[in-house]
Amino acid sequence: MIDTLVFLIFAGLTLAGAVAAALLRNLVHCALSLTVTFAGLALLYLSLGAQFVGFTQVLVYIGAVAILVVFAILLTRGSGALPGNLVTTSAWRIGWVAAVAVGFVLVAALQHAPFAQSAAAAPAVSVQQIGQALMGPFVLPLEIVGVLLTVALIGAVIVAMPERQGEDQ
Amino acid sequence: MSPNPAWSRTLDQIFVLLQHRIADLFPPLLQPWVAMILGVVGIVAVFPAIFALTTVLERKGLGRMQNRLGPNRVGPFGILQPIADAIKSLTKEDIVPRSADAVVHYLAPVVLVVAIFLGYAVLPVGRNMQLLNIDAGILFFFAIGASTELSIFMAGWSSRNKYSLLGAMRAVAQMISYEVPLLLSAVVAIMMTGSLNPSRIVEAQGGFTGILPHWYVFTPWGFAGFVLFVIAALAETNRSPFDLPEGESELVAGYFTEYSGFKFALFFLGEYLGMMSIAGYGITLFLGGWGAPLSVLAFLPSWLWFFGKLFLAIFFFIWLRGTLPRLRQDQLMNFAWKFMLPMSLLDLFVAALWRFLGEWLGAGLGTEVVRWLVCGLLLAVTYVLFARVMLKRQKISPRSYRYAE
Repeated sequence: MIDTLVFLIFAGLTLAGAVAAALLRNLVHCALSLTVTFAGLALLYLSLGAQFVGFTQVLVYIGAVAILVVFAILLTRGSGALPGNLVTTSAWRIGWVAAVAVGFVLVAALQHAPFAQSAAAAPAVSVQQIGQALMGPFVLPLEIVGVLLTVALIGAVIVAMPERQGEDQ
Repeated sequence: MSPNPAWSRTLDQIFVLLQHRIADLFPPLLQPWVAMILGVVGIVAVFPAIFALTTVLERKGLGRMQNRLGPNRVGPFGILQPIADAIKSLTKEDIVPRSADAVVHYLAPVVLVVAIFLGYAVLPVGRNMQLLNIDAGILFFFAIGASTELSIFMAGWSSRNKYSLLGAMRAVAQMISYEVPLLLSAVVAIMMTGSLNPSRIVEAQGGFTGILPHWYVFTPWGFAGFVLFVIAALAETNRSPFDLPEGESELVAGYFTEYSGFKFALFFLGEYLGMMSIAGYGITLFLGGWGAPLSVLAFLPSWLWFFGKLFLAIFFFIWLRGTLPRLRQDQLMNFAWKFMLPMSLLDLFVAALWRFLGEWLGAGLGTEVVRWLVCGLLLAVTYVLFARVMLKRQKISPRSYRYAE
């Protein structure tokens, strides 16, 4: 009973954030609403008992991705409100068609999906187990991801470095 | 170590016992909720009270360091100044600029204070005195800490003021840059304990050799990690010498320039609570948490030690603010990425070396000596060489403004 109530509140929060992110006029408002969605997802993970995923969601999405989105918006001069009456332009009509089509496909897929009637007991995965798995059997993928991120970091630094005069030609 | 007498154990657990006693007055179904609410009330009452005390201590302390008196009109020695300040900020007019984004402007201080209060949920302030004992406690704290950046951006952006926006941009850039060394320096303590649970980290530092404690700060890697953590924590809380986001001489008050009345007080509260919580986690990770500093003093209650250490940390922050000049933006960034980051990575390596040297050589006095020599020398030599090279390569010339001219 309480679980369902909690789920409904969190799901409502997530959906409200997503809808606001799609409909609001001001891009920064959209980014902040998207952050509400991220927070709602984190709360859903936590209510499912997935502590590690929930906290990582907060750390990565609210702490980093949202900030990145906001910075990108400010750098592109798009932070002001957009002109009104966007819902009837031709791009939006195509968007509506695509949305309805995707909706049909999703509903059809859901209707034919074989859902287990009574959910089996969810496996309890502790943070410690995740850590041991990452350091044990999955240590190679972890290190490859680390190398990839380092390469991306170095690439970003090279892009941001000031070009010295006289080196261009 | 001899077990403590009964009165000492009772005194140690007095708040826990009180919580249970009050919860027992309610029907069994409600008891967990009542206990939880009592814990929350404790946090929400105690830390703002310390904040009020800190404001007056800071003004008195800074006054003393700058050879002036500080507040001395309200109450004996000005000790009632925070009450006057609270009444003033509660009754002041709340001004919102006409062009400001009203909703975001209103939400920013609320989000900031809520996020910072959440960080206290997993902080162990004494033996068995932790609101939520969860495995990923340290991860929780860092995740919550990262989300305060967004509220600072909200405040700066919604004010529609160039000083606010500049201050917010500086704050966010600074917090993101210093979050990396902050996390990496904390990882050392987590790695040696093998747990992300704050209580486990405190317990791992609980033993004594002779009368000296096993705090992580008393090891080469722990000392280096602690110093890096303190520097990064200062930057993360925008304290002097890293107070560029609110540098009065440059940006009025940075991201909260356009706030007045109680919202301004909320930012002030958030800043000090953030400082205290990060100091609390520093104490937990490196200074033995609620453990006594000498085995002969272990009869004193654990919460007394925690809050004693907290006040020492606050005094240290005030002292630094009275002593150090403010950094420049380019110095700040260079310091984070070219010094803090490599040093914290080296510290991680040294901590791993410490651990494996212990495993390879076996326990004994010889192992300890070898470990101390190898790890200490590695850190000290690298630090000296690094500092020399950085100083030599530093070009001292008038600053060029690439985009501002």
